[in-house]
Amino acid sequence: MADLQTFPGKVAPAVEISSSLGHYGVRDHMRTGFANVKSELISTHPLEASEKNFLPNQEKLEFKMLRNTQGLQAPLKLQMERAMASKIQRLPCLPSSMIALDTLMGTDECIGFEDFLNVAGDSEVTCDPHLTMEYKLGLH
Amino acid sequence: MAAVGGTLAQEHCGGFSFENCKRNAILEKMGAKLPTARKTGTTICGVVFKDGVILGADTRATEDTIVADKNCSKIHYIAPNIYCCGAGTAADTEYVTQLISSNIGLHSLSTGRQARIVTALRMLKQLLFRYQGYISAALVLGGVDLNGPTLHTVYPHGSTDKLPYVTMGSGSLAAMSLEEAKKLVRDAIAAGIFNDLGSGSNIDLCVITKEGTEYLRPYDVANEKGVRRGRYSYKRGTTG
Repeated sequence: MADLQTFPGKVAPAVEISSSLGHYGVRDHMRTGFANVKSELISTHPLEASEKNFLPNQEKLEFKMLRNTQGLQAPLKLQMERAMASKIQRLPCLPSSMIALDTLMGTDECIGFEDFLNVAGDSEVTCDPHLTMEYKLGLH
Repeated sequence: MAAVGGTLAQEHCGGFSFENCKRNAILEKMGAKLPTARKTGTTICGVVFKDGVILGADTRATEDTIVADKNCSKIHYIAPNIYCCGAGTAADTEYVTQLISSNIGLHSLSTGRQARIVTALRMLKQLLFRYQGYISAALVLGGVDLNGPTLHTVYPHGSTDKLPYVTMGSGSLAAMSLEEAKKLVRDAIAAGIFNDLGSGSNIDLCVITKEGTEYLRPYDVANEKGVRRGRYSYKRGTTG
């Protein structure tokens, strides 16, 4: 049960440059910018890591408990449903409401900080539809 | 920082943004002085009496050594039968209680029942625990539901206490009348107002019973402003 915790205790410091390799196994500097070890070593906000992993951890916990109680079919079925619902989206340059996924996960009846702070629809910049679509389909 | 193309191509995710934290850390290392957190101060309390709850709060908002607001409201609405006093960072208490108020509203709409205090309490503690104390909201949550009048305190890290009868000692409170309870809460807040520099101005009360809620704002003006004896302005035509 040790791996069933919602919270990562301490955030491990970065020991290597996070590599987002594009095609040909080369770092995509045009999209992700230059990276060095020094910038990765500077401490960010203590909440950043736990916030980034909060929802995946929550989901993992939920699925693990389901698997323990009902067997493998329960998380598999839920994962399939969620995967289908999360495919219903607008073009990647437009904000999607994800109403089907929200209904499945029960978050349509909850309000959190992500619903009114830093919302995609309030973004000051719009992105290039061609660029994002190419990125999504892996055409770059 | 990532190049523009990188950030835009990735999926947008709402919520708190940490994108300036790294920059601020670098700036601080280069010798820039970043503003520190301001000291806060508040007096809040609550008491359970025969068939209800009374919440009390002072009305001073402090910003270090400055009084930012002389008559701010620290008793926040959660549901018609639940209110919440907030101490700590004013914006944090305000937004946390608004968020919980919305969630409780949606919850009681979907269940078709009156919201319970424990529901609000659980939502609050789970939210505050998730943010590990970085949302500094220390709350006194009180209300009346089908289990009768209940009072809870919530700490910024998400721990909670149930205070079955009082915050202020003394035994036979089950038999305390409404006026006595009001007076007790008023005296408790007044003690904070006169002895703590971070608390001040007026005393607000919120009386919640089965029949309804009474928000007394202000219940008592602890620091009455003096009346000016003379007129200091010149009479019209003095210089003309």
